[in-house]
Amino acid sequence: MIHYDKVTKVYNGGQHAVEDITLSIEPGEFVFIVGHSGAGKTTLLKMLFAEVIPTSGLVYFNSRSINDLSNSELLKMRRNIGTIFQDFRLLPTKTIYENIAFALEVAGKGDDDIKADVPHVLELVGLADKMWSFPLELSGGEQQRVAIARAIVNQPAVLIADEPTGNLDPINTHDVVEILKKINNLGTTVLLATHNRSIVDSVGKRVVTMDQGRLIRDDREGKYTL
Amino acid sequence: MSLWLNIKRVARYGLIGFIRNGFVSLAAISIMTLTLFVISGLMIFGSALNATLVQLTQKVDVKVYFTTNSTDAEITDVQKMLESLPEVASVSFMSRDDALAQFRERHKNDQLTIQALDELKDNPLGASLEVRAKQTSQYEAIAKFLSTQQSSGTIAGSSIDKVNFYQNKTAIDRLTNIIDTTRRLGTIVSIIMGLASLLIAFNTIRLAIYTSRDEIGVMNIVGASRWYVRGPFMITGILYGFVSGLIVLILLYPITLYISAPLQRFLGTFNAFAYYAGSFPIIFFVIMASGIALGALSSYLAVRRYLHT
Ligand SMILES: Nc1ncnc2c1ncn2[C@@H]1O[C@H](COP(=O)(O)OP(=O)(O)O)[C@@H](O)[C@H]1O
Ligand SMILES: [Mg+2]
Repeated sequence: MIHYDKVTKVYNGGQHAVEDITLSIEPGEFVFIVGHSGAGKTTLLKMLFAEVIPTSGLVYFNSRSINDLSNSELLKMRRNIGTIFQDFRLLPTKTIYENIAFALEVAGKGDDDIKADVPHVLELVGLADKMWSFPLELSGGEQQRVAIARAIVNQPAVLIADEPTGNLDPINTHDVVEILKKINNLGTTVLLATHNRSIVDSVGKRVVTMDQGRLIRDDREGKYTL
Repeated sequence: MSLWLNIKRVARYGLIGFIRNGFVSLAAISIMTLTLFVISGLMIFGSALNATLVQLTQKVDVKVYFTTNSTDAEITDVQKMLESLPEVASVSFMSRDDALAQFRERHKNDQLTIQALDELKDNPLGASLEVRAKQTSQYEAIAKFLSTQQSSGTIAGSSIDKVNFYQNKTAIDRLTNIIDTTRRLGTIVSIIMGLASLLIAFNTIRLAIYTSRDEIGVMNIVGASRWYVRGPFMITGILYGFVSGLIVLILLYPITLYISAPLQRFLGTFNAFAYYAGSFPIIFFVIMASGIALGALSSYLAVRRYLHT
């Protein structure tokens, strides 16, 4: 479903962020991308939704090379990939309801569907009562759960999480990981970049380890080994 | 996915952005109001300048004096010829009797002159034609035409006694110069002021959107199309322009009313309030169109920087 074929990314400054990576991910997998800060995890993930273009090599999504997508196909693909980040990236001037509705609107959903789907997905992340708050009125953990709700409301095939727990305390970290496991159990492929040893070890899923842009380990049921 | 639904959503978000970012909106509207004030000021200034210059131009004329024994037919001939010239705006006739009456009126406190006049049996003054050109620079051509007529030996031509252009030539030339320079200077000043204020307003909106750059990035990643990201910002920009335009149009009423009298003392015929009332449709259109276009265009360009799909 996702395939990186000899992918290399050299930034303008000459920094080799990703070096000759070949990697395949099957539908329904839960994959950790681990490595020290600067190892190239974010760069690897960004290439999947074309925010970063590889210097060489190809990235395939559902057997289509992302390079070959037209602008509108790219937008469509992005709506089929949910993303969450360390800094939540909610729309600060929109309510929680509007933040999630926005993703549905962008996907072309009608008003009736939106009225039904938003409360439902907020229920799933346990925030139905915060619907009319603004993001900055919520705690970090709550904001990240809103971001997850927004990422999954269009029922994407893939959920990309880049250090989603980096700004959270252990209890919120646990909650977020539990939600991601639940989403994975419902059939969504999850890619999670992190350098948090304890969550990697507790979940016991596939672990891809990166170091200085290179893929150095790929374990089926791995532990954090660096 | 229907277009209408998208337009409705974009308009709604534009309005929400306008209301929720109250402080940013206030700042943008203040600057835009100033910009539109400058533009309306330039319109008033331009029209005042024009009225004043037109008035000055009307003070200039060329007089054709006829010999005392010219007949009405000869004078009418010359008048007809002058009126057929493209440079001539108007020709008015003054009879010998009128000229005498005017002379007496002008010298009524000058006993000596009146006495001398009374001793003459005949009216010593000839009839005259007062010629106005469309532009001050055209008087020379008219004067040349008249002197060729005068020396051509036709009956009508030889009835011309003298043409007063050459005595006034330096004054007319100087006035022509002043009018031209003032016009050019007025245009340059207007363009510079207009551009400067547009640039300031543009930058204010750019700054307002700069605060939303992360938001634009998020919309990109969620898969929003360019128009779906850009649309609400453009609606907000249009609202800035609309509200600022309304403020300016309303405030111009008391302002022109207040400055009319002092301005008139200074400039003569031009009445600022009459201009506002009389040209309201044009002022309304220029101010509203500038405000709305400025708001929409600035937003469009500002958002474009942060769109990368
Ligand atoms: N936009 C960029 N321009 C230049 N260099 C970058 C950019 N983004 C990341 N890098 C560099 O690429 C390397 C990998 O970064 P990144 O993918 O963010 O790693 P990680 O997410 O594992 O911390 C780092 O050395 C980083 O400095
Ligand atoms: Mg990173």
